[in-house]
Amino acid sequence: MEHFEPVIVAFCCHYCAYTAADMAGSQRLVYPANVKIIRVPCSGKVDSLHIAKAFEKGADGVYVAGCLDGDCHFKNGNDKAARKVAHMRGYLEEIGIEPERLEMVKMSAGMGERFARVATEMTEKIRKLGPSPIKAAAA
Amino acid sequence: MITAERKPLDEILSYIKPFKRILLLGCNECVTVCAAGGRKEVGVLASGIQMSMLKNGASIEIREHTLERQCDPEYVEELVPIIDSADAVLSMACGCGVQQLATRFKDKPVFPAVNTKFMGGSDRHGVWTERCQGCGDCLLGVTGGICPIAKCAKQLMNGPCGGSVSGVCEIGDEVECAWHLIWERLKALGLTDQYLEIMPAKDWRAGGGSGPRKIVREDLAE
Repeated sequence: MEHFEPVIVAFCCHYCAYTAADMAGSQRLVYPANVKIIRVPCSGKVDSLHIAKAFEKGADGVYVAGCLDGDCHFKNGNDKAARKVAHMRGYLEEIGIEPERLEMVKMSAGMGERFARVATEMTEKIRKLGPSPIKAAAA
Repeated sequence: MITAERKPLDEILSYIKPFKRILLLGCNECVTVCAAGGRKEVGVLASGIQMSMLKNGASIEIREHTLERQCDPEYVEELVPIIDSADAVLSMACGCGVQQLATRFKDKPVFPAVNTKFMGGSDRHGVWTERCQGCGDCLLGVTGGICPIAKCAKQLMNGPCGGSVSGVCEIGDEVECAWHLIWERLKALGLTDQYLEIMPAKDWRAGGGSGPRKIVREDLAE
C-alpha cells in the first residue's frame, strides 16, 4: 500500500474543465499524473455507464468536472451530470465501493489553479482510501 | 407504457449466485423508455454485478443482449442460438417478458432483475405516474379523460368521498383527488351533466376478477 498510485479518471467538459487543464499547463502548475483526463463535449454527456465502466476497468477514483452553476454551454448539462453522479454514488454504495471515490466538481475555463487543486485533492483523498475494493480483492 | 424499477443489487445477486454464466437480457420497449431495462441499464447492471463479484474474489461471465421485445415469441426466438451459452437468464424486461422467456426455455432458470410497477405515463423527464389499471371497461369517456380507477385510492365510481379536501386526497398531500380533477375538467368542458349521472357498481370481472384475461382476435389468430 505504501507505493499505491491511484488511477483517477476525470471526465472534463470541453468548455470549462478541459480548458482549465490547459490553463493549468500554461501557468506551469503542477498536478498529479494520476489523473487521466477524458474530454467530453459537456459534463451532461457523461453517462452512468461511463462511470460504472471506469470503476469496473480499474479506476480507483472518478470525477466529473463541469461548468459553474448557470454557466453550462448547453444550458443545464452540469446539473444533469451532478444528478447522475449523485445517483451513481448510491449505486457504488450498493456494490460495496465507497461513494467518496466519485465526485462532481465545477469550475470555469479560467480556473487553472482550481483544476490543479482539485486533481491534487482528489488524488490525495483516493490515496488515503487505498485501492478500489475491486483491485484490492484481485491483489 | 409498463413501468419498472431495478431490484436491489443484493436480491439480484442472490438469484444468480449458483451460476457461472449469465445471459443478461434487456428489452427495447417500455423498460427502455422508463430507463429500467434497456440496453444502457443492461450495461450498468452487468458492470455492477461484475464489480460485486470481483470485490468478493469471484468471477462470472455475463453476456449482454437486448431484444426488440421480450413479450413476443418472434423476438424471443432470436435467443435460440445463444441461450445455451448461459446457465441462467436474468431479465430486465417487465413480468410479461420474464414469463415469455420462462415459457419458451423451460429448462433454463429465468430471474427478474426489475420490479414491474404499473401502466403509466411520463409527467416529465425521470418521473412516471400510474394512469391505467387495465380494468377492461374504460370509463374515461364519461370522466373527462381522468381515470377514477387508477387515480382514486378507493376506486370510487361516484366521487369524491369525504376525504377530499381542496382537491387533495386524504392519503397524502401529494395525491390529487381524482374526482375533484374529474369535476373541474367536466366543468371546463361544459359536461357536468355526465357527472350527475350515477354510475352503477363496476363489474370487476373485466378487470381480472374472474381469472387471467385473454384476447383472441379471430381475424388474426391462426
